[in-house]
Amino acid sequence: MRRDNILNKKAVVGTIIISAVLLVLSFSGCMETEPQVKEKVLIFGCAGDADKLDPADVTDGESVARTDSIFEGLVEYKSGSADIQPCLATSWNISEDGLNITFNLRQGVKFHDGTDFNADAVVFSFERQYNTSHSYNQYGEWAYWGYMFSDIQEVKKIDDYKVNIILSKPNAAIMTSLAMFTVAIVSPTNAEQWKEDAFKHPVGTGPFKFVEWVKDDHITLEAFDDYWRGTPKLDKLIFRVIIDPSSRLLALQTREIHGMEFPDPASFNTINADENLQLLTAPGMNVGYLAMNCGYGYNDTNKNGVRDSDEPWVKTPGYFEPFTNKSVRQAINYAIDKKSIVENLYKGTAIVAKNGMPPFMLGYNDQIVDYPYNKTKAIELLTEAGYSNGFDTTLWVMPVSRPYMFDPSKIGEAIQSYLADVNIDVNIYQIDWSTYLEKTQAGEHPMCLLGWTGDNGDPDNFMNVLYGENQCTLGTAGNVAFYNNTQLQNLLSEALQTYDTTDRAQLYKDAQVILHEDAPFVYLAHANQALVFLSNVDGFVLNPTARYFFYPVDLK
Amino acid sequence: MKWYIIKRLLQIIPVILGVTLIAFTLIHIAPGDPVRTLLGQHATQQEIEEIRSKYSLDQPLYIQYFIWLSDVVRGDLGRSILTHEEVTIEIASRFPNTIELAIAAMIFAIIIGVFAGIISATKQYSIADYSVMGIALFGISMPVFWLGIMLMMIFGVFLGWLPIGGRIDLLIPFQRITGFMVLDSIITANGAALISVLRHLILPAIALGTIPMAIIARTTRSSMLEILRQDFIRTERAKGLSERTVIYKHALRNAMVPVVTVIGLNFGLLLSGAILTETVFSWPGVGRLVVDSVYARDYPLVIGCILIFSLVFVIVNLITDIMYTYIDPRIHYD
Repeated sequence: MRRDNILNKKAVVGTIIISAVLLVLSFSGCMETEPQVKEKVLIFGCAGDADKLDPADVTDGESVARTDSIFEGLVEYKSGSADIQPCLATSWNISEDGLNITFNLRQGVKFHDGTDFNADAVVFSFERQYNTSHSYNQYGEWAYWGYMFSDIQEVKKIDDYKVNIILSKPNAAIMTSLAMFTVAIVSPTNAEQWKEDAFKHPVGTGPFKFVEWVKDDHITLEAFDDYWRGTPKLDKLIFRVIIDPSSRLLALQTREIHGMEFPDPASFNTINADENLQLLTAPGMNVGYLAMNCGYGYNDTNKNGVRDSDEPWVKTPGYFEPFTNKSVRQAINYAIDKKSIVENLYKGTAIVAKNGMPPFMLGYNDQIVDYPYNKTKAIELLTEAGYSNGFDTTLWVMPVSRPYMFDPSKIGEAIQSYLADVNIDVNIYQIDWSTYLEKTQAGEHPMCLLGWTGDNGDPDNFMNVLYGENQCTLGTAGNVAFYNNTQLQNLLSEALQTYDTTDRAQLYKDAQVILHEDAPFVYLAHANQALVFLSNVDGFVLNPTARYFFYPVDLK
Repeated sequence: MKWYIIKRLLQIIPVILGVTLIAFTLIHIAPGDPVRTLLGQHATQQEIEEIRSKYSLDQPLYIQYFIWLSDVVRGDLGRSILTHEEVTIEIASRFPNTIELAIAAMIFAIIIGVFAGIISATKQYSIADYSVMGIALFGISMPVFWLGIMLMMIFGVFLGWLPIGGRIDLLIPFQRITGFMVLDSIITANGAALISVLRHLILPAIALGTIPMAIIARTTRSSMLEILRQDFIRTERAKGLSERTVIYKHALRNAMVPVVTVIGLNFGLLLSGAILTETVFSWPGVGRLVVDSVYARDYPLVIGCILIFSLVFVIVNLITDIMYTYIDPRIHYD
């Protein structure tokens, strides 16, 4: 009997303790929401963690979102625009032949570690990427260099505050490219200290300095008091990883965070109805499209990125005879109701695309009249081409959502049903993302869905990269329609070497006319970008390049 | 006993070799490669080849395995292809989070599960039995994702009692020592941090612990029912022992062997991460790490994670086996 009593007492005491702990834990929330010192801290909810914090050695948007507050380049984008303005360089001169750009550097700028910003830092930041014998070249892959900056032959110091960039051929896109994160200036003393591990100890000249990185959880930055434009208004900027979009929105609604990226379009009504939240949207620099494999690939044996005379055209593995016929490609353009796809599947957060680049970019041809949705016309064209009974084909559908392609599976099904209406029987094929990229770039698909988010805000970064015949390289193609047109490639190559913006714009407009007529792609949509903030967050301006600049942001 | 443990520890070596060899082969046979993920949509052929050779991906598979194995023997798991971070650091920075969550979830599952199982068994075919078993069935069938979101909606958004994700309120100063945040806040005598860390643990632990809780409840029930029908229980009751002593002291202890097995297996599973719970509650654990690394075909990281998981599994199983001897002294390993 005694033993039972003890057990009873134990149970009672245990219950009381557990209840007390739970009570304290449940109601102690109020103790922690008020920090001891009133600092202005902005917590931004991100969809994933950064890979590395070396701006020259990353390709993922999450890494760029952090490094953009830590580092700066010679030039930068104007607020809300893809045009450039001086940053760490105060001015520059381009030589007559367009091969030599001299930059005057800003004086009195310091890195977060106290190192002076000067020509040595600029040369270091560039040279480690292109010079394979540079002792820091081994520490990164420098994925963007070969593709965006290979026209840069050398970066030379003239004096402490003057550098010279020498190009191997004229490149009118180079100035906008220099605003990219890839060529941000890093502290050479810091790189020397950390060597292989410098990517987790980032030191730049930007408005915020790095404090802490807890993997998959958060990255903390704090205001850099010696910032050359003046101390930022926020004391701290924290990037917190919240992968699931509904969890991210709940965290914003409960004020655990102050802003978030990639809201689910299905939640836009909820966000707009909540007076504590503000939804920022702006046109995005992207295009989502359907590509039809025209069958022209080549092996870039000398790896110069250009199809030379000794590199013959080879039939792509996914070559499909009907798509070599222009009428068939036009018919498919007529057969798909893009407006309905944008309204119902992009949920109204995109605009219908008629050209292969976004409307706000230099050289966009607004004169072009899009193929309207017209089933009868499509059937007529197919009959003309000798396919009155239609044909069977396969559509490769991306396995992941991308900003330019919300819900690819549903978009694929919609296209399947539109094409069924004109007697084209479409099978849908899906495979994991990295394999998808590998195989579509090798030309194994008859038709595929894909898209592009621009890197630098320059038209070349859409037109040449996606539609030029030099990009039909089997295995690494940017032009996944494997569509060859020498006249188009000549226009694009000429445009890249034309510094006069009016002449340059005209060349791109002409190029779009050819693309529209030949119709190797069905351009579907340009998706908007969207961020959500609490209503007391002030000063954030969306940039067309989708990069995040937190310097002007304040908490009211 | 000592020799048994040594023997079991030695058995780890062939297990690890087998597991990593299979994992290594499978991940390399699977289509896709890390270089593509690393370089994105605009890789040039030259860059692809350079990186493939830098990470020995252009070597035959068996050579790659031996390169990896010889590094592991020297204690080097390599660096992640995607993040350049050392694999050991990548895993070590998440593993404490996973262990803390698994322990919290298991405490919840064991306390509620065992207790519910006992009630159910002692009051067989009563309303209590049916409701406990009904809840257990519900618990097993409930999608974790949905349960997580519901817990967040109720306790986070509507009642506002508990935070809905993360490990700690980021405005609270916190010093990391061991990586185990409960432990670190106790070591540094940081009361505010301890409270915040515990508050952040509650909802994910419930979400993650619900399925093991239901399994434990059902196992406890059936095991208890079997024991309660044995002769020695009738003898004890005949001796006049109170029902409480009969159940908690004699029946429960005998019924625990299958329950401990279930606990051990589930704990091993939880330690290899819980991708859904981690995703819903933004919990920086190893589950997400391994899934992300598989998607990215980050070979060194995938194999590193699998190596650690199999070690953990083998060790948890060993501990479970040893525990049997304490619960049931009739079990000997010599």
